[in-house]
Amino acid sequence: MADNKVREPLFHIVKRSKVALPFWKAWLIRIIAVLAALVFCGIITKILTGLNPLEVYKTMFEGVFKSERKMWKFAQETAMLLCVALAVTPAFKMKFWNIGAEGQVLMGGLATAACMLLFAEKMPTWLLFVLMVATSVIAGAVWAVIPAVFKAFWNTNETLFTLMMNYIAIQLVSYFSYIWSNPKGSGKINTINMSTEIGWLPELWGNKYIFNILIVLTLTVLMFVYLRYSKHGYELTVVGESENTAKYIGINVKKVIIRTLLLSGAICGIAGLLLVAGTDHTVSRDTAAGRGFTAIIVSWMGKFNPAYMILTALLLVFFDQGATQVSSFLHLNNSFSEIISGIIIFFIIGSEFFINYSIKFREKTKEAAK
Amino acid sequence: MIIAFIQRAVMLGIPLLFGSTGEIITEKSGHLNLGTAGVMYVGGICGVIGSFLYETNTAAFNPALAVIIPLLSSILGSAVCGLIYSFLTVTLRANQNVTGLALTTFGVGFGNFFGGSLIKLSGNTEIPSIALSATSKVFKTTLPFASKLGVIGDIFFSYSALAYVAIIIAFIASWYFKRTRSGLHLRSIGENPATADAAGINVTAYKYGATVIGSVIAGLGGLYYVMDYANGVWSNDGFGDRGWLAIALVIFAVWRPNLSIIGSIVFGGLLIIHNYIPNTTFSGMELIKMTPYAVTILVLIFVSMRRKRENQPPASLGLSYFREDR
Repeated sequence: MADNKVREPLFHIVKRSKVALPFWKAWLIRIIAVLAALVFCGIITKILTGLNPLEVYKTMFEGVFKSERKMWKFAQETAMLLCVALAVTPAFKMKFWNIGAEGQVLMGGLATAACMLLFAEKMPTWLLFVLMVATSVIAGAVWAVIPAVFKAFWNTNETLFTLMMNYIAIQLVSYFSYIWSNPKGSGKINTINMSTEIGWLPELWGNKYIFNILIVLTLTVLMFVYLRYSKHGYELTVVGESENTAKYIGINVKKVIIRTLLLSGAICGIAGLLLVAGTDHTVSRDTAAGRGFTAIIVSWMGKFNPAYMILTALLLVFFDQGATQVSSFLHLNNSFSEIISGIIIFFIIGSEFFINYSIKFREKTKEAAK
Repeated sequence: MIIAFIQRAVMLGIPLLFGSTGEIITEKSGHLNLGTAGVMYVGGICGVIGSFLYETNTAAFNPALAVIIPLLSSILGSAVCGLIYSFLTVTLRANQNVTGLALTTFGVGFGNFFGGSLIKLSGNTEIPSIALSATSKVFKTTLPFASKLGVIGDIFFSYSALAYVAIIIAFIASWYFKRTRSGLHLRSIGENPATADAAGINVTAYKYGATVIGSVIAGLGGLYYVMDYANGVWSNDGFGDRGWLAIALVIFAVWRPNLSIIGSIVFGGLLIIHNYIPNTTFSGMELIKMTPYAVTILVLIFVSMRRKRENQPPASLGLSYFREDR
């Protein structure tokens, strides 16, 4: 009897497709993951620096909320990260892995800077603003639509294509940094129109961040509506779920891919505009500052839902800014924040498994009864 | 001058060759590891940490140990990265792009953090900066007869041992994919894991193995860069975006490690060619630096348009495999 008994593994994994986890349970798992990550980071910090972990968290908190200036910076950073995340979301929902947001943002920023440099004082300011918006949107959209066209017609791998486009954009920005460098030959563009402030986005209530934040909030609402209630949003979701289904019900897949990437790139262009005309007033190869990559994580963690993405963007920026404070407090290298962010993201990525799958342990008694 | 150019191109190409060979092995198992850029940083800094601890704590400097310690710590560091990545993407079936990007964030941060804080953390503030010149000298040992062979010696035999290791690994990987049963299994997993599973191949073991070995090889690229190209001096972000260039090289070489030997030298040359063209302006240099990426895009487009079967990326690249999910 014992010989022909089939050995059942200790446990096996089942996908939760039929019975999805209730909403609160899924979020409970995510919160547990963040807490576990925090404890883990505390231990790491303790080992590396010998600092009391509670002290570390307190320093983190201070790094974000201690002064009004820090809180505004927190809000601005969150808004910009969210903006890029909003841009990549429709593409991701369509399972088009656009990891070229970095380049698209840079192209938008470069176009904005070009307008500010070349046309200031040559045309009325309102026209300049129109031009800035138009060129940055077009530049971002063009940068995104090139890989999309090749994907749609020749099924070229979009992940690798968009990745390469990032570096073309970075080198283009470097190129123009030399062309327009100020002082000459330095390879850096100094603050554009420093004295005249032509082409700078308006400061509402004396704060240069408020305008950006308001724009991004508006975009968030629009994107939420677009994805959930518009026909376009429906179509791109179907394409993402199954391309064959989409073809079968008469959706023009090529058209949807190109249209969605035009939108995705256009929003990236706006992000570039906000960064250059709103806060930085210059452009460099660091203007996008890795947001194009972090945004992917924000969008994915937020389940491609703009409302959740606000939360995930807040979370990531909080850790980034908090860990920067910890490292400056300890006179350590500020790459410390990247380690902390990385660990926290690993934990959150890992936690998704427990939301999508359940683990079933082997049941002894039933087998024996048979 | 041409000889010097070729030498520099090869020296710059070797880290890319390590990175791309590692990435090809990983991609053949169907996993697009975008964390390679981070893994190369980790491989580099772990070697630095190992040799820093050895150099500062030892009285009698032993050349053999000076090589073995950084080598082992580099391998250990990048293997851990590979394990993190494969645990998340293979066992927990997480999204590969997101995991890879997180690994890059983590790895680059890890490298820069320890590169910038190692001295402070070790408590020995008398050392001004990390310059592992003694270790680097051992790593840079070349063949003794190279200088006697004139031009041929300069072009082919003037490099340090790790450079030849990179080329040998690339050849072995090519041979492995094409000529061994186990290589065939690995490729079949990358093309269609469900079929491979049905044929009795242990998909999980292969995926883990390919990712970890791929990471270790990529990590050696970081070690070579620090110890050989940079003379044992770690500078933050010194390695730059070269990890991404290694991923570009994978496409350029259409997933063939033996082609990526030539590709890496071409890319290495493109990275420094601006120094050898007379009368280039600074702005012109930036455009020339764009060429590796532009060429990669052209290859990618060309390959996808020609639809030649053997030049395609692995069919299930980027998709996670769940046995019950059919």
